[in-house]
Amino acid sequence: MKTETIPTLPSVGESETVVKIRNLNKSFGERAVLKDLSIDLRQGENLVVIGKSGAGKSVLIKCLVRLIEPDSGEINVLGFDVPRLDVKQLRELRLQVGFSFQGSALYDSMTVRENLEFPLRRNLGITNQEELNQAVEESLADVGLSHTIEQYPTELSGGMKKRIGIARTLILKPKIMLYDEPTAGLDPITSGEINDLIVKFRDKYNTSSIIITHDISSARATGDRIVALLEGTIKMEGTFDEMKLTKDPELAQFFNY
Amino acid sequence: MAELPVSMKKILLQAADVAKFVGKTLSYFVKPPFEVKEILKQCFAVGYRSLFLIGFTSFIAGVVFTRQSRPSLASFGAESWLPSLVSQAVVRALGPLITALICAGKLGSNISAELGSMRVSEQIDAMEVSGVRPFSYLVSSRVIATTVMLPILVIYADLIALFGSYVTVNSINGSSLSLFINEALGSITYLDIFSSIIKAILFGYAIGVIGCYTGYYATGGTMGVGKAANSAVVTSMLSIFIIELIVLQFVTFLRQG
Repeated sequence: MKTETIPTLPSVGESETVVKIRNLNKSFGERAVLKDLSIDLRQGENLVVIGKSGAGKSVLIKCLVRLIEPDSGEINVLGFDVPRLDVKQLRELRLQVGFSFQGSALYDSMTVRENLEFPLRRNLGITNQEELNQAVEESLADVGLSHTIEQYPTELSGGMKKRIGIARTLILKPKIMLYDEPTAGLDPITSGEINDLIVKFRDKYNTSSIIITHDISSARATGDRIVALLEGTIKMEGTFDEMKLTKDPELAQFFNY
Repeated sequence: MAELPVSMKKILLQAADVAKFVGKTLSYFVKPPFEVKEILKQCFAVGYRSLFLIGFTSFIAGVVFTRQSRPSLASFGAESWLPSLVSQAVVRALGPLITALICAGKLGSNISAELGSMRVSEQIDAMEVSGVRPFSYLVSSRVIATTVMLPILVIYADLIALFGSYVTVNSINGSSLSLFINEALGSITYLDIFSSIIKAILFGYAIGVIGCYTGYYATGGTMGVGKAANSAVVTSMLSIFIIELIVLQFVTFLRQG
């Protein structure tokens, strides 16, 4: 178990690393949210980032797709030098990275079908209705919600919205998935279903994922590796069983549930 | 050199932001891809759904203006000038102003609240990360719709107000429709019509841009959405009067020339 900030790459081959972050800094006004943060994501890995609310977990993944501009540091995603990408390159990167938002972010004015068709029509230029139907039906079947196809997001429960949100993201077959609090506000049964989906998609599509959460049962169910983000920096990393043995009083609170 | 006070800096930065936003909307008027389907959808929402409200208020305005003006004209024995007076007032000022103020309230708040909700619920972020250009899809389609539809609504409002005036005149002295039309149209110049259309285009553009700007950059959850909608209405109304004043000066100059 590593018990300090990682200044260099962990012992994995360069070719296996799909996300490489070095010395990332981000402040909002006087408040430093991310401080010299370094982290890696390996091919086919589910990396869970745990930490208190406001620790900068969401900021971290938003920096990866430039929804938030970092102040300094290096971010390399799938070979793209993220902070220096132009508009066209950024769009190219974003097509390969799926982002599942905390609040699902489904488009209210569209049905579930339209929500799922939207990225296909807009990004891949698919207009053939048969092709669209096939992709949408396959994606909905993946999340077990085929029956909701003609419903509007307002007619769905929180858990259903999350699953549709994930389906909409996965329909573009991204190489990397970023999950922002995928189980926040859900009951344990629905959380379990979401966790199962995350693992299933990793296995089915060989995606690499970063999962932001403060739900320890979700971290245990989904994470191949867990990092603890505290006070803007990585305080510890390891497997769930390794992390559980921590002597750090602040971190131990996460695992004493 | 002394530094600018913080509040002044904020105002200047905001002004620069607004200018950038305005420039961007203008560039998207001519920059493909054009969101034809979305523009038509917004035109329908802006135009068709405003017909009843604008028709109703314009009719009442025509009736009230005619009734209020008649005694003054009658005291000079100039009652027969009533159609000319009403048509000039309606085409030059009342029609465009009533339409624009109603649209500022109805459409400005609607656009701002809709985009604001999309912003705070991360729907706009979701579009960005999925490689869709939200500015073109959400902002420019709405601005184009308000800019195109306002002149049409103004012409509609003018006709309805004149009809209200005719109904009033007819109920008082049984004047015929053909006589009313002859007198009303005879006093309107091409400059009146041209300036009215130009004003309507400017009003429509201002309402669209202000509604979109306040909504697109809304922050602070549901309270922020409320503030954005409120700000859109107030700013749009102020802009309408400022535009009215500027165009009036310009038209007066042309008339004198």
